[in-house]
Amino acid sequence: MAQSINLSRQRTQSRWWLKLLRQIGFFLILLLAWEGLARSGIWPSFLFVGPIDVATSLFSNLQSGVLLTAILTSVSRLAVGYFTSAVLGISLGLFIGLNRYAKETLGSLVLGLQALPSVCWIPLALLWFGLSENAMYYVVIMGALFSIILGVEAGVRHTPPVYLKAARNMGAKGLNLAFFVVLPAALPSIIVGLKQGWTFAWRSLMAAELLYVTVSLGGLLEESRQNIEISQMFSVMVVIIIVGILIDSFIFSPLERTVRTRWGFDQ
Amino acid sequence: MRVQIMNEDRISLINEREDQSNTIAVSIRGVSKTFVSTRKIVQALHPVDLEVATGEFVCFLGPSGCGKSTLLSIIAGLEEASSGSVWANGKKVKGPGTDRIQLFQEAALFPWLDVQHNVEFGLKQIGIPAKKRREIAQKFIERVHLTGFERSYVHQLSGGMRQRAAIARALAIDPEILLMDEPFGALDALTRDRLHVEVESIWSQTRKTILFVTHNVREAVALGDRVIVFAPRPGRIVEEFKIDLPRPRHLEDHNLVDKAAEILQVLKAGMIDSEEESLRGPIH
Repeated sequence: MAQSINLSRQRTQSRWWLKLLRQIGFFLILLLAWEGLARSGIWPSFLFVGPIDVATSLFSNLQSGVLLTAILTSVSRLAVGYFTSAVLGISLGLFIGLNRYAKETLGSLVLGLQALPSVCWIPLALLWFGLSENAMYYVVIMGALFSIILGVEAGVRHTPPVYLKAARNMGAKGLNLAFFVVLPAALPSIIVGLKQGWTFAWRSLMAAELLYVTVSLGGLLEESRQNIEISQMFSVMVVIIIVGILIDSFIFSPLERTVRTRWGFDQ
Repeated sequence: MRVQIMNEDRISLINEREDQSNTIAVSIRGVSKTFVSTRKIVQALHPVDLEVATGEFVCFLGPSGCGKSTLLSIIAGLEEASSGSVWANGKKVKGPGTDRIQLFQEAALFPWLDVQHNVEFGLKQIGIPAKKRREIAQKFIERVHLTGFERSYVHQLSGGMRQRAAIARALAIDPEILLMDEPFGALDALTRDRLHVEVESIWSQTRKTILFVTHNVREAVALGDRVIVFAPRPGRIVEEFKIDLPRPRHLEDHNLVDKAAEILQVLKAGMIDSEEESLRGPIH
């Protein structure tokens, strides 16, 4: 019995290594093909460059510090806006989830606004706040807000009634009940909303930064277009992807995993 | 154990209460429950009268849909009666209160808290300071034999351990009355037997009033001083049995088996009645 358990564990481990190997192989071939295409001369070199040129541009921008400044600017805009959005979204979501009248009125408004793609807030932001930091924050806030509200509201609505019964029985009521029982009980769904909110916010921030050209990730992209610096454009796109993956895998995925296991969804 | 969280005022209150032993813990007068939806009216519970003495262990026995859990929720103050009133410890029940703590089949432990903080939850609500809370929780975790699992989360516990933790959480609040709604219904037979022994010993040491809802006849006979038999459609009390068997009781004891068989007859008769009734159509 024990032996068979060992065997199956070894097999999943070797599968995991094989999977990684296959992935590395795939990307190696992709890079080689990309470099080959770039050198084939099908497209002019100011429109299409290979991974070696992209990497060179990436390192020179890293060395000059431009890239780091750009990353910090974009990520701090995201962080400030997103944090504001989360505070607003969680409070509003709780209110809508707990109050029937708020759900009927405010809830339907939120549902309607969620249907608006988040980049559509950019023109309004620029009109109201001009080309400024505030416009960037506004775009991030509006990008994430409705997903967060709806996630919280759904979580509150689907809270197992038995938690509320037990908590009320033990004397919890009012804000205490809302913040120490309803909110944590709704966490699995809140995290789904938070996660969707950040991807929306990140996308619309990048779009907004194309218009408000400063040393930011979106700004560098737009600058590369104006100067026709294709290798910088590619390298910034790669950086945007990497930042996205890092935020997801260091913040949201671990959060989601912890909650899912602790709430017993992964058993 | 009570002294732990008491100041002098409360101790004198307790003494007063203990002086009047043989008092009534729960008094149910004409309590009924009717659910009204747009399509139909369902009488979940016919008007019920019942009194439970302080320190008594009473089992509500019946099939699903007989209103036994509804009655328990009404006593807990978590559901409102359609008519009648419930008096607990001399006070009219108007909502949930920490003098009556309910335990659920799902244990209802909070998955975002570890065992320690689950047990502390009720104490936190009444504003007991952190250090005191820790001590009290520790004591009751030990009482239900969960020492070493203080930092465990719900998903790491077995079904039986979850119920133990839920019992510790209820006892920590020191309620006069424990309302147990099929707490062991989802457990395997061996675990259930062990928890019976544990509940019985907690009951005999603390002398708390326990109302225990179950659909398991032998469970009811093994635990109860009194077994109230319910029948469904409409939910109602059909008969009650006093169980005088000596404690601790054993499920294999033939006296217990005989009593269980006798009660089972009544239970079955009640169900057949209501089946015939529902065949003849609803009576209005």
